Amino acid sequence: MILVLSKDEMAIIKEQDVVPFRNRVKEYAVKIRMGLVNQTKLITAASELVRNMLKYAKGGKILIEVVSQDRNTGIRLTFSDKGPGIKDIPLAMKDGYSTAKSLGLGLPGAKRLSNEFSIISEWGKGTTVIIVKWSNG
Amino acid sequence: MDKIPILRMGRFLLVTIQVDLYDGLALTLEADLIKMVDKIGAKGVLIDISAVSIVDSFMGRIIGNIASMSRIMDAQTVVVGMQPAVAITLIELGLPLKGVRTALDVEKGMALLQAMNITESSEETTNDQ
Repeated sequence: MILVLSKDEMAIIKEQDVVPFRNRVKEYAVKIRMGLVNQTKLITAASELVRNMLKYAKGGKILIEVVSQDRNTGIRLTFSDKGPGIKDIPLAMKDGYSTAKSLGLGLPGAKRLSNEFSIISEWGKGTTVIIVKWSNG
Repeated sequence: MDKIPILRMGRFLLVTIQVDLYDGLALTLEADLIKMVDKIGAKGVLIDISAVSIVDSFMGRIIGNIASMSRIMDAQTVVVGMQPAVAITLIELGLPLKGVRTALDVEKGMALLQAMNITESSEETTNDQ
């Protein structure tokens, strides 16, 4: 069972919000003594997901949680937006697929960089992406 | 609007990124650098990212773009000082930065640029004869 040790929420509405958000995630990761490589992977994954949120949904909200399971602590990030949603999730998870002329690495890359990854999307209503990175994961 | 300074050293341009990049800033840097390459007829661009703790797919693409654009404009690009954690993350992300030359630090990067230019100019001389 996953226990939530602390909760924090941030709204992202413009590109300049991304740097403070990354710094906030970093603070929590340092607090739970996550190693530098895992910190970098987590923040990079977060950066990809927050960009998607800005690009496709004009922003949204991010829940930052410190979680623990067994003897492991980690960071769980929940990105929720009220954007157009994703029509075909398996396609969106493919490397190199993009509807916005980008590299198409955002979703699949974020998944590879995280320990747990889930995505729920309803066409026309929005998308929620949840990632977990364990401090020793 | 924020800007990243571009320093000129002879026919080379030196950029040290000291802040965390957001997308707009990276795009401005790309445009400014290419303009400068054209303006001074630069032969090399050295980008120091030793203070950058995050390179995601967008910034990786900008770095690749700068390298390809400079090459078309007859300048070589060398990226130096990448942190090990950033290198590990880039590969896992799926962005191996193909076609971008790298060196461990500014000194080695400069040496690489100079070496590339010497080979290039000696080739020119041989062609002239």
